[in-house]
Amino acid sequence: MDMADARSLYRKLVKSNSVKDLGDGEVLLYIDLHVMNEYTSPQAFSGLSAAKRKVWRPEAHLAIVDHVNSTRRRGTFADPQAALLIDTLEDNCRQHGIHFIGLDDERQGIEHIVVPEQGLARPGMVIACGDSHTTTYGAFGALGFGIGTSEVEHILATQTLVYRILDDMRITIDGTLGLGVSAKDVIMAAIAQIGAGGANGCAVEFAGSAIDALSMAGRMTICNMAVELGARAALMAPSERVYAHVAQTSNAPDGPVLAEARMGWDGLRSDAEVKFSRDVSLDASAIAPLVSWGTSPDQTIPISAAIPDPGAGPDSASRRAVERALAYMGLTAGQPLSGIPIDKAFIGSCTNSRLEDLREAASILRGRQVAPNVEAIVVPGSRSVARAAEAEGLDNIFRAAGFQWRQESGCSMCLAMNDDVAKPGERVASSTNRNFEGRQGAGARTHLMSPAMVAAAAVAGHLTDVRSFKVSSDAAL
Amino acid sequence: MQPFRIEQGIAAPFPEPNVNTDVIMPKRFLKTVTRDDLALGVFADLRFAKDGGNQPSFILNRPIYQHARFLVVGDNFGCGSSREHAVWGLMQLGIRALIGTTFAGIFFDNCRRNGLLAITCPAQMRDTLLEQVSDSGRAHLKINLEDQTIRTEDGKARPFDIEPARKADLLLGRDAIAQTLEDAAAISAFETHRRTAAWAQFYRALTIRK
Ligand code: SF4
Repeated sequence: MDMADARSLYRKLVKSNSVKDLGDGEVLLYIDLHVMNEYTSPQAFSGLSAAKRKVWRPEAHLAIVDHVNSTRRRGTFADPQAALLIDTLEDNCRQHGIHFIGLDDERQGIEHIVVPEQGLARPGMVIACGDSHTTTYGAFGALGFGIGTSEVEHILATQTLVYRILDDMRITIDGTLGLGVSAKDVIMAAIAQIGAGGANGCAVEFAGSAIDALSMAGRMTICNMAVELGARAALMAPSERVYAHVAQTSNAPDGPVLAEARMGWDGLRSDAEVKFSRDVSLDASAIAPLVSWGTSPDQTIPISAAIPDPGAGPDSASRRAVERALAYMGLTAGQPLSGIPIDKAFIGSCTNSRLEDLREAASILRGRQVAPNVEAIVVPGSRSVARAAEAEGLDNIFRAAGFQWRQESGCSMCLAMNDDVAKPGERVASSTNRNFEGRQGAGARTHLMSPAMVAAAAVAGHLTDVRSFKVSSDAAL
Repeated sequence: MQPFRIEQGIAAPFPEPNVNTDVIMPKRFLKTVTRDDLALGVFADLRFAKDGGNQPSFILNRPIYQHARFLVVGDNFGCGSSREHAVWGLMQLGIRALIGTTFAGIFFDNCRRNGLLAITCPAQMRDTLLEQVSDSGRAHLKINLEDQTIRTEDGKARPFDIEPARKADLLLGRDAIAQTLEDAAAISAFETHRRTAAWAQFYRALTIRK
């Protein structure tokens, strides 16, 4: 094959879903599955009604309630605006014949956890959702990307989008991850190296031996958070692990269909001759457990490092940004990261609340206690994750350590658009994906890290290196 | 959608990099089922003090920039959450164009769908504009999308690039859905092909079971 015919996995996916070439680098892209939540969809439905349009293909949509509901108890909570969002979504779905997963549904959970769990993310698909972390589905060799509400309306009305083809970027991560280092650290390392806007305009393919070695959960964590690089799509070539995951879900297609599909899926990889417009590599063995110190996800350093000096920035805008972040975070340059006291520990979100994440955190917490003055919360990514964790007794480990175990699922304190809100000035060790000002509550200070690092911080009462815990808990086995 | 041809007015400098949509439109304004009344939410945590009064130091509260129609922004503006409320609010506040080096992808597309012109230009041009509009006597700009120029107070017209399809959408204020529905037959044909081709059987099996 010569270079002109070589195609990246990304371009193969775009090509197989292109209804029409619109010229000027744009295609009319067919959307196989459209996922909706309660807070970015209402205006799309009202736009549709105002224009007297109908839903093009109701069975290709799935609506899930997750952002505004309480995870403390079933049902919403005393917030009429939240109730209105949820009721509006349910009404819209009923009116248009769209599959709805509400708070009374045993499959409910965070949308990007539920979709793969139900087997609805499969290699070769194109999936869109009014939520930026739709990049998650790249873990299956599917093209997933976030859209705004106008585009939600566009898909409802046409099952397609006017789509600009992105540039191809590849991030290769070779080597073996060290003890206590997880997929979360890998993606945070990439963000720290490349920058929060470093992949703007790009579809990023993750490759390399460290990616091949990841579990399904780890693959999802990385693709999920790739949007924090500015990537509009993240992709990984599907593997046996992906096929096995799809085959064991309740919506798995019948054997013969699956067998046929697999033959097609085997072709879903970038041709060797593809020239990526950007190619970056990372050494997995050099990645340490990472923690964000600032208010942008690229403001991230190893746990053993000290808070950076604003004076070291390349220009005045970046120096001011560092100063502003330090002021917001209540930190000073040169201060060691390890030892900074925390007020809250939060394990949850579509980045890190799968069963495997909970196991990792529980392995640190077994036989240990959350420090006094730390409020620790764990919110499973879905009801299914909660039930599976309970079956393994993980809930007991969390509870015995002093964590609040939430039986209901949702976004909770990842964005604090519900009844889990950190107070002004509170410092949160968090397994989530965004450390923006006010993200977890007005004035709240977020430090992003892996679930195991959150568990370690909860026990120590301050930011700390999980590797010291790892050695001792492994020795205890 | 409101078309954009030629617009003029004051441009405010907003040099901070990585301004995210949580900052542009804080989440307490998102619990709404309409697109209305979002102007008040724009940069609310920066614009207003705790007591609800104006934060006098915030750029859009300074008398000269109060009615700004354009923002000259830092790198990677609009990153983070997909919330289109950020763009609706900016439009409702009277902002018609943003000038920066890079914009986050979803935000950039949201701008296009709502008639907010996002101009991407090299860092050097952005920095020059930042410097000029930071001087209140030189903050007036005239943006002509038709001939792709930004005219500054000194009479200089600086050219900018824009993809032809996006330019056409913005100039005409096009309804993208109506346009796509002209291709309804092609979409149906694609679906039929998906249903009948042996390799695509799998897509047919995408039924969500309770
Ligand atoms: S868990 Fe957080 S990032 Fe994920 S969908 Fe919910 S709010 Fe968004």
